[in-house]
Amino acid sequence: MKFIDEFRRSELAQGLVCRIRQNSKRRARFMEFCGGHTVTILKHGIRQLLPPTIEMLSGPGCPVCVTDNADLDKAIALAHIPGVLLATFGDMLKVPGSHSSLQKAKAEGADVRIVYSSLDALELARQNPRKEVVFLGIGFETTAPGIAASILQAEQEELKNFYVLSLHKLCPPVIRALLDSGEVRLHGFILPGHVSAIIGSKAWEFLAKDYGIPGVVSGFEPLDVLQCVDMLVSQIENGGSRVEIAYRRGVKPEGNLRAQELMYRVFEPCPARWRGIGEVPDSGLRLRPEFARFDAELVFSPDPGPTLEPKGCICGDILRGVKTPRDCRLFARVCTPENPVGPCMVSSEGSCAAYYLYGLNDE
Amino acid sequence: MSERILLAHGSGGKLSHELVEKTMLRAFFNPYLSKLDDSAILDLSGRLAFTTDSYVVDPIFFPGGDIGRLAVCGTVNDLAMVGATPLYLSLSLIIEEGFSQDDLRRILDSIRRAAEEAGVEIVTGDTKVVHRGKADGIFINTAGLGVVPEGIEISGSNARPGDKVILSGPIGDHGIAVLSRREGLSFSTELESDVAPLNKLVAQMLEACPRIRCLRDPTRGGLATTLNELAKQSRVSIQLEEEKIPVREEVRAACEMLGLDPLYVANEGKLVAIVPDSDAATVLHIMHQNPYAREAAVIGEVRQGRPGRITLKTRFGTSRIVDMLTGDPLPRIC
Repeated sequence: MKFIDEFRRSELAQGLVCRIRQNSKRRARFMEFCGGHTVTILKHGIRQLLPPTIEMLSGPGCPVCVTDNADLDKAIALAHIPGVLLATFGDMLKVPGSHSSLQKAKAEGADVRIVYSSLDALELARQNPRKEVVFLGIGFETTAPGIAASILQAEQEELKNFYVLSLHKLCPPVIRALLDSGEVRLHGFILPGHVSAIIGSKAWEFLAKDYGIPGVVSGFEPLDVLQCVDMLVSQIENGGSRVEIAYRRGVKPEGNLRAQELMYRVFEPCPARWRGIGEVPDSGLRLRPEFARFDAELVFSPDPGPTLEPKGCICGDILRGVKTPRDCRLFARVCTPENPVGPCMVSSEGSCAAYYLYGLNDE
Repeated sequence: MSERILLAHGSGGKLSHELVEKTMLRAFFNPYLSKLDDSAILDLSGRLAFTTDSYVVDPIFFPGGDIGRLAVCGTVNDLAMVGATPLYLSLSLIIEEGFSQDDLRRILDSIRRAAEEAGVEIVTGDTKVVHRGKADGIFINTAGLGVVPEGIEISGSNARPGDKVILSGPIGDHGIAVLSRREGLSFSTELESDVAPLNKLVAQMLEACPRIRCLRDPTRGGLATTLNELAKQSRVSIQLEEEKIPVREEVRAACEMLGLDPLYVANEGKLVAIVPDSDAATVLHIMHQNPYAREAAVIGEVRQGRPGRITLKTRFGTSRIVDMLTGDPLPRIC
């Protein structure tokens, strides 16, 4: 089986689109939580295929975008500490913090390196015994288990110069916070495929149980998303509110138990600040006390100074689904991928970047 | 262990002369070079095309090619893309102290073979050696001279609504082949770089259709960036059809894995031609005869529309815009 072409076959897509158009009678507003879905939807023009009854909103599922400025400033301050080598995923490099970005810090002489995985950061620590290697731990449940594994590995090897700045975030609590705020009325969720591969579809049962809203876990190919919308529509039309999986090749109801075990052996839930949303209880991950010596924040106490928010940027509203990039006065005029004002224009999974790159935004 | 390049190889003294005579002259023997004068004297007339490019590719040896072949093909192709017949190249090497002499010979041999294939001569050159750490192995600069035949008017500003856009073959091979060997990112693939001199292909195309409007090789920034440049220069819009754009399975898979879009991945042996509708079939037929363009295809057409705008019709019948590459393509994180 080919894993790309099989999920981009146009005749299958047409079949799904026909069924969605036939079945969809009631107006419904769906949120795709994950930035990866926003990209698929815009890149393949999926909104153009859906009937006018269906409205799609982009959610806060982009780990780069939801990183609070104060946390970002902390990472930049860490990078400036002499002797520190900051290893980060490439997406973070250009995100503007209050005063600077990691890219600027790098140009000013800070040792910032791009890695593809926390295991690469571990390798950097082995190769540079005189440097204090700090891995910038950004991501959701998808990335956290891998980072937990690298911390356990560092412990086993007795590596003394490997640290993690844990800015990890958990997805279910923030969806709960969005729904509790009552700002946006939603009729269904396109649930994140990769996150669910770890936490399982069961982790979303609260949507149906507590809020009566259906949710379907989706993969990232165009056919996955269309199938997911089809399943949501059929629930809406039949008055259902269940959590289902449209991504069976990747997700099981219970998720990946081994990864969950790893993640919670090293991390524990903590309150976390989300850009545009604020502090959400139990929505972050911090290192457990027994791993405190790996905690870059505790070890180095970076001092980033006061936090400033970019003027005129509505990334926060966009992340909550209250506004779309087109509502932003800076969008494509002042704020572009070259000169991003807010993080949603930087990240490859940010809504603004996706609208900018793929959207027929001015027609 | 092989002999190393020493600082003295670039100092202008005995070792420098030895390097030039034993290595360079042997590799590129021709009457211009063997005179060993300060400049080559060339007898040329007509409209001259003149271009230069520097090559810093990492790693220097990659599947399907190396920095040497790249340094010849890149400059030859820049000449070919204005319709010029490439004739002469200069070759400047900046070598890091300690570089392996075996590797240098391998690169020079590769330069010689690429130059032979393209039918160009290396008529002047220079070698500098810099302290360890001041360069990354080897950097190469080549400049090229060519003659533009009479009646050929190729420019990025010539595209007209109704013209067809032809691509010479599958995109992304070079970028992915190089990435596959980059430190920290190694993945195994059978894929090879497409690096190749395209001047003979262009000559055949121009012979069949002197009215070709635009030619460009989609190198850094990929096909998307090249088409954006052409559309801007010509003040037209271009509509592409996703299903017509050839992309190899391996490239597609690697791009998915790395979070890249093949439209933005570099090529070193492909060209885009914009030709009048009436000539498209002829040009395509000629291209299919050439080994470097067997998979050439019409991938879209020039429209009146908004100047500089590239739209892509997806396989689902929807459409989206295709912008220029912004920044460096970075891998995704989740």
